[in-house]
Amino acid sequence: MGLPNASGDLSTEVEVDAFRRLFPLRFYEKHLSESIRPDARPLGRARDTTIALGAVASANGSALAKIGSTTMLAAIKMEVMTPSTETPDEGCVAIDFHMPPICSPIVRPGRPAEAAPVVSKQLSDTILSSGMISLKELCLVSGKAAWMAYLDIYCLDADGALFDTALLSAVAAFSHLEIPVVSLNDDGKIVLLSEEQEGMSEREPVNREKRKLTLCSIPFSLTCILHKNYILADPTAEEESIMETLVTIVLDSSSQLVSLYKPGGPVLAYTSAIQDCIAITRQRVKELQKILEEAISVMEVD
Amino acid sequence: MEVDREDGRTQNQLRPLACSRNVLHRAHGSASWYQGDTKVLAAVYGPKAGARKNENPEKACIEVIWKPKTGQTGKLEKEYEMILKRTLQSICILTVNPNTTTSIIIQVVNDDGALLPCAINAACVALVDAGIPMKHLAVAICCCVAKSGYVILDPTKLEEQKMKSFAYLVFPNSVHSVLPEGSVQGEPMEHGIVTSVTHGIMSVDDYFYCLERGRAASAKLSDFLRRSLQQHPTDSSKAG
Repeated sequence: MGLPNASGDLSTEVEVDAFRRLFPLRFYEKHLSESIRPDARPLGRARDTTIALGAVASANGSALAKIGSTTMLAAIKMEVMTPSTETPDEGCVAIDFHMPPICSPIVRPGRPAEAAPVVSKQLSDTILSSGMISLKELCLVSGKAAWMAYLDIYCLDADGALFDTALLSAVAAFSHLEIPVVSLNDDGKIVLLSEEQEGMSEREPVNREKRKLTLCSIPFSLTCILHKNYILADPTAEEESIMETLVTIVLDSSSQLVSLYKPGGPVLAYTSAIQDCIAITRQRVKELQKILEEAISVMEVD
Repeated sequence: MEVDREDGRTQNQLRPLACSRNVLHRAHGSASWYQGDTKVLAAVYGPKAGARKNENPEKACIEVIWKPKTGQTGKLEKEYEMILKRTLQSICILTVNPNTTTSIIIQVVNDDGALLPCAINAACVALVDAGIPMKHLAVAICCCVAKSGYVILDPTKLEEQKMKSFAYLVFPNSVHSVLPEGSVQGEPMEHGIVTSVTHGIMSVDDYFYCLERGRAASAKLSDFLRRSLQQHPTDSSKAG
């Protein structure tokens, strides 16, 4: 006769919230066996996603992206710089990801969060290697002047799937970006033309009008959790802390794999699990493409 | 498709491997792992008392410090530390020594391509040398995909930079067991991926092709690891 299962006896008496705090894994497994999650989502569905372009008026391009409660604000500022001698025709993009203490109780002021430099590096690698932006488009005068785009992403609310939301906000900010008009002044330096000067300027502008970047093969991502035989798409922070095996898949619009990132984790990923994750990501890419296109068309109407 | 690699290797050939244990005397465990010209030194101190802040005290805690060959630690080093920490957390048995911290320090001696896999291999051997209980070892390999779709293993730094994309893959080591092995979902346990980090764009089929090649190479690496760990610790072992 074995010992009675203590939590089994308690589960009929303890309140749902207490059970959730005391035995989080059992709480989740009870839901997963019915193919549902505590927030009533089916296993393969991501949370509601919204994008708002132009959230920061003083920036050249900006966007606010929300997936569920995770909120990220991305803003791009453009600056003119001299290109390096090895690549005289190319501009540069500098990407930085910040997690200020507002986003989560585990981030303290003065101590940068552990996740911040890792997500920052992952974002730079993904955006630069996906070929979404052609650096040659950022050139102004070959060998002398080119654009440097500073992309800053601030996490305002960290509730799981940080990389997905950050990538979505970065992509949306780039699609909102308008390159300002500049002209060459007498010293041979590039000067930004402000709105009032545009009509009055006698000097030839280097680029005629504000233009947008052409973005090809935009990358979109989805993070999944692997737990026993279940695959949970788009985890919340609570799910990420309980079931620690995360797989992030980034696909671009032509279904090429930009990144498959699985940093360890107690569960091993077999080929069938990876194929299922890729299939769920493909559907998610289509959803995200539609959401981004709607957000862009709403901006253009205004 | 035949391909000419600069050092004359074939597509699936790994560079000469060399592994030594117990190279440092103060560390509780240490190892050096050489893959061609990529050299990494790993040291393990632990288990030490006390878990770090914000870590679960019911389990052992693992801390990784990555020291580059030159320069200060930046985002790349922090990313490697995080990947290594999560990989080693998944292979160590964390419930044996609760409320302790094991520190693994990785020192890059030379970087000639496939640095992260080399470091993971070195860290595993150092953990064995220190006697930290583990479920299985991790065997790491780097696969590069070229534009025409062929896959080469264990690239040098030049090859990594020229190629379209590459993937670092970590598999559990192969098991020699008296009992017939159980398989999960029709695949043996050593086909599961512990860690996968990719750079650059590749098609989904290329990625699965890399996985196959990686698994075949990890079987060879597992054998090398087993042979070198079974020898006396003060002998260093070499394999081609």
